[in-house]
Amino acid sequence: MRRSRVAVAQIAPVLGDVHKNLALHERVAREAIAQAANLLIFPELSLTGYFLKDQVPSVALTEGAALLDPLRGLSQRIAMVVGFVEEGSGHRFHNAAAYLEGGEVRHIHRKVYLPTYGIFDEQRYLAAGGAVRAFETALGRLAILICEDMWHPAAAGIAAWDGAEILICPSASPGRGPGAGQPFQNASTWERVVRAYGDLFTCYVLYANRVGYEDGACFWGGSEVVGPTGETVEKAAYLEEALVVAELDPGALRRARIANPLLRDERLELTQRELARILRLRERAAGGQVD
Amino acid sequence: MNSMQIDCEAVRRILTGFIDNEVRKAGFARVILGLSGGVDSALAAYLAAEALGAEQVTALLMPYRTSNPESAAHAALVVKALGIQSLSVDITPMVDAYFGLFPDADTMRRGNKMARERMTILFDHSARLNALVLGTSNKTELLLGYGTLYGDMASALNPLGDLYKTQVRQLARHLGIPPVIVEKQPSADLWVGQTDEAELGFTYEEVDRVLYLLVDCRYEVPDLVTQGAFSEEFVRAVYRKVQGSQYKRRLPVIAKISARTIDRDFRYPRDWGR
Repeated sequence: MRRSRVAVAQIAPVLGDVHKNLALHERVAREAIAQAANLLIFPELSLTGYFLKDQVPSVALTEGAALLDPLRGLSQRIAMVVGFVEEGSGHRFHNAAAYLEGGEVRHIHRKVYLPTYGIFDEQRYLAAGGAVRAFETALGRLAILICEDMWHPAAAGIAAWDGAEILICPSASPGRGPGAGQPFQNASTWERVVRAYGDLFTCYVLYANRVGYEDGACFWGGSEVVGPTGETVEKAAYLEEALVVAELDPGALRRARIANPLLRDERLELTQRELARILRLRERAAGGQVD
Repeated sequence: MNSMQIDCEAVRRILTGFIDNEVRKAGFARVILGLSGGVDSALAAYLAAEALGAEQVTALLMPYRTSNPESAAHAALVVKALGIQSLSVDITPMVDAYFGLFPDADTMRRGNKMARERMTILFDHSARLNALVLGTSNKTELLLGYGTLYGDMASALNPLGDLYKTQVRQLARHLGIPPVIVEKQPSADLWVGQTDEAELGFTYEEVDRVLYLLVDCRYEVPDLVTQGAFSEEFVRAVYRKVQGSQYKRRLPVIAKISARTIDRDFRYPRDWGR
């Protein structure tokens, strides 16, 4: 990876108003450029808001949509990760995050794990993505996991084993459960997860969580840049809009991987063998069907 | 077991942010609320004054001739402490005129009528002042159905609906609401000598623990009974109240005819277009 300066945009998108949110993205991108950042991370569904329900098809964009042109233009000056509803082939709608660099969309991650329990209802409205991939950029090798994807350690493992040096997580986490020290109980779990991933996968973790309210649910913010030994490099305040800027140091990544050569010692063939065995057992238990 | 303790400072920020956000998104700047002299409406008033500024909050005091004079005195304490606007509207003439036609009505009918009378006055002044009606029902009342449908349960936004009564008290103490309001016996004050706990048959401390375990922590009724912390009769009575009042927490049931029925398969956020 290259030395870079990342900005994490802790914004409050307007629910269902892509035009207003686009203007907000442009404003924040200019501010990040003014702060000499060369990578900017927006939260999950940053162009649309989160609890869209039946609005999903109305706010969806294709990868080539003209509406994204201003952001494509700005990506000549700053690379960015932007959250949107993607209308894919067969009119499937994805909770997606695009990586824009050098004037074009270079990678799209489609959320793999769609939470449909408790306060969440994503599978009702959205189609699940089918891939977790690291990808090469001018800044280094990156991977994107959207919110719930992070709660499945295998997804983060795949990103890391695929070579990600910077793991990017756009998130729209509504607070749940009274917290102690954090505004909500789930905020402290998130903080443990992102720091543990930095530590275990010896990579940078960029966690961009939004703020604001939708239908009374409060997104708690607390976005964080985590270093490759699991330490917090920068952290945004809870509950308020912020733009946090941090230096990403390839030397820190190198030193972390020398001190803890966990990725070197990873045994993917063992993982693969055991996964194959578990899948066979499940298949047998399900009468020939993999669940 | 889990704790019902809240981080009062964090909840204060979340709720003042909620009031500010929901009021402005709806295109308003002001709120109006019924101030009873009890802890719930006092807390709602404190949060609203902090969120929007005292000048944007109007309190309506709506006594009936049998109301405890203490209630008005305690409401006046809140008005004075916050420096908010207030107006007193005596509901006796309207309520008594109506029950002149139905003199045999029992206390429940009279109590509900009073709650609904107050609601119509609140919504009328809501239009007059261009102010949203701020709800003051707490989670305990909402779950037990201990409120009047389209009466005190009616509002545009409710900052307290996810706080149990004991958590309302925690937060009220934290905000410095006068102890005489926080510590007094809760009462709907719909007839002389009424108290919530006598009418419900248990204390808020007791029922909040059961509700918290059933609702927030997803214990099943038998789990709580076999643990021995609560009597089976008590837990089942609470469960029946929650189940029996489900209709009060939903829109009226709609007979399905079309391909897309409101709130069933026509689903938009309340903040749609806001």
